[in-house]
Amino acid sequence: MAFNIVKEKYRNKISQVTIGATKEEGGTRTSTVTIGGEEALPYLHFEGNIPNRPVTALEVWDIAPPGWNECFNQYYGDVYNDVGEWARKCVEEYGAEMICLRLKGADPDEDNRSADECEAALKKVLDSVGVPIIVLGCGKFEKDNEIFMKVAESGAGENLLMGVAEQENYKTLTAAALGYKHAIIAQSPIDINIAKQLNIMIGEMNFDTDRIVMDPTIAAVGYGIEYGYSIMQRARFGALGGDKAMAKPMIGNIGWEVWKTKEANAPVSDFPEWGEQEPRGINWEIVTATSLLCAGLNIAVLRHPSSLAVVKKTIDDLMKPNSY
Amino acid sequence: MGLTGLQIFKLLPKTNCGECDLPTCMAFAMALAQGKTSLDMCPYVSDEAKEQLESAAAPPIKKVTVGTGEFTRAIGDETEIFRHDKRFFNETILAIEVKDTDDVDAKCENFNDLKFERIGMEFVVDAVAVVNDSGDADKFKSAVETAVNKTERCLVLMSEDVDAMAKALEVAADRKPLIYAATNDNYEKMVELAKEKGCPLAVRGNGLMDTAELVDKVVAAGHKDLVIDPGSREMSQTLADLSQIRRAALRRVRTFGYPSMAVTTKEDPMEENSEATVYMSNYAQLIVMKTDEKAALVPLVSWRLNLYTDPQKPIAVEPGLYEVGEVNPDSPVYVTTNFSLTYFIVEGEVEGSKIPSYIISVDTDGISVLTAWADNKFSGDIIAKYIKDLGLEEKVNHKKIVIPGGVAVISGKLEDESGWEVIVGPREASGIPKFAREKFGK
Repeated sequence: MAFNIVKEKYRNKISQVTIGATKEEGGTRTSTVTIGGEEALPYLHFEGNIPNRPVTALEVWDIAPPGWNECFNQYYGDVYNDVGEWARKCVEEYGAEMICLRLKGADPDEDNRSADECEAALKKVLDSVGVPIIVLGCGKFEKDNEIFMKVAESGAGENLLMGVAEQENYKTLTAAALGYKHAIIAQSPIDINIAKQLNIMIGEMNFDTDRIVMDPTIAAVGYGIEYGYSIMQRARFGALGGDKAMAKPMIGNIGWEVWKTKEANAPVSDFPEWGEQEPRGINWEIVTATSLLCAGLNIAVLRHPSSLAVVKKTIDDLMKPNSY
Repeated sequence: MGLTGLQIFKLLPKTNCGECDLPTCMAFAMALAQGKTSLDMCPYVSDEAKEQLESAAAPPIKKVTVGTGEFTRAIGDETEIFRHDKRFFNETILAIEVKDTDDVDAKCENFNDLKFERIGMEFVVDAVAVVNDSGDADKFKSAVETAVNKTERCLVLMSEDVDAMAKALEVAADRKPLIYAATNDNYEKMVELAKEKGCPLAVRGNGLMDTAELVDKVVAAGHKDLVIDPGSREMSQTLADLSQIRRAALRRVRTFGYPSMAVTTKEDPMEENSEATVYMSNYAQLIVMKTDEKAALVPLVSWRLNLYTDPQKPIAVEPGLYEVGEVNPDSPVYVTTNFSLTYFIVEGEVEGSKIPSYIISVDTDGISVLTAWADNKFSGDIIAKYIKDLGLEEKVNHKKIVIPGGVAVISGKLEDESGWEVIVGPREASGIPKFAREKFGK
């Protein structure tokens, strides 16, 4: 039987977002990243242009992270208390393409750091590395709204990716990102309708929605990843089919989710049949990241240097052309 | 995707003879479309129409069975491009390579050990793929024989040498192994073998077009229990090929109406694990891989479980009492539902609190706290019964239970029914670590 290749035709493409700004562009970054722009489902290069590779980021905190697994000490233990050096190590030694600075120290339940201290942490990271920066608040609405404006201001010109805007708390961040020309992460709680609604609401504040990166909220493998996975697939398929409100690149906080799980952290003595703890955690991160890449993830925020190395190689392979 | 009543009607004799026990051919067509009668009831249907109707009724992807006994595994019979459109049905078979030049005995021993318990479920790695790496037929046979004796799980026999395969099948045929593979060079004899022994056969071409031609030749030679390997050994092209096979099959291209498979190429176990994840996420129904490290396979089988769950049905954890950390009689007791997403989030946060604790998972048919409460499945009297039935009074030296903040309203009833003191916890699980530190911290 003669076989005809099945090529889908799509009406729309994903918006393309650039993060970071070089000297010529008004910032101090030595490199920028551009994500999105897909005209086909993930890695089906034969039916549409996939112009930009997904990128990897490593997560750094403005405080020494309480409760991170001890296996991270050998990589970050010497720099936990210096966020600039921590970021430098992530980029220079481990090859992170972006740094994701989580301002966890601002959390009233942690160090309750002030906006000025957050600004100082961002400055340190900006001074130490040349890659584009993602900045996340501490996750507590009230406190985040106290720090967002200052952070946005001190990163002016750098074209940061700032997060997160949520349905109940998006106005301050949107205004801050709008005022200082940063891109924004719109996070929805595993709900495709809220995801779409939030993008529209942010747009109603005159924010250019082509500067939104969606975070549909992902979970680790074994912890409900299939919900986020399917929402990402639906969002991407809908976007290519013409739904412009969903046609945004996507980001996932993979390291954050994976290293909360028992499976990543439990010592082998607790669960001998699960294998050694550190490689298990790394593999957990790798499988979580890879499956989400297959659903259309554009930025993978990881925690372990080995996960980063493997995921980057997989991205290299996935970005090779395929054709008929 | 079956035919509609009207489409079926066009193929019927339209005599309204009534011998099918229905008054008209139209009524018979409607009943057929709904699966309420069978085509055999019509004595006058033409052979041609019969063939058309039967092929339309066949599933778009044939179901293929590998193995025997407890570890029999079926693949294929899939109907969707996206799991969210309905669901994926038959989980990918993971086959671990063992070369006939390896210590097959030891490798199989290790393989049998590849079963894991997580969330109260047991996961196994399904198959051993014995590879004729030596090129020697007797060596292959003896390796296969060792595997047959050593493990009851599925077998994949990997050799392109027909004589080696014939010898191996002497000892393995009654285990219904997957024969890998029919190629352009050997397919006539491989098909003969597969037919004679009644075993499923993998068909490997060189790229998609070549594979399509080869599958047609194999089918013409009379074998239909097939698994398709499009033959690319490059990740991106394999992903594309697997997608094409699925799309074509669902569009009723019969050539590709069989389950598909992939073989990993990466040597590093972590890279290989990532590669396998790509294939699993993109329709591979069988994956042959090298690593037998538990640390790699546990997340991979967990992803498989997630990918193949029914999106319409909430996944539940086993209801009952769970221990987080090294519990002791002072440990706090939390209660939540058995909706897996809820349970895992709570468990993760309790774990994050660093205070060893008990969690009661109440059987709410896998629905979340507020829904279950509204549905009267997460009420004071039900939870009180759990406290009693689980024997918590013997396990802890206090009578305090933490309930989700969203259902503070059940406190009174729960206190009355159980005699325990109810502590209203945070509304969101993310508040648990702080809550626990303040309430239970030293």
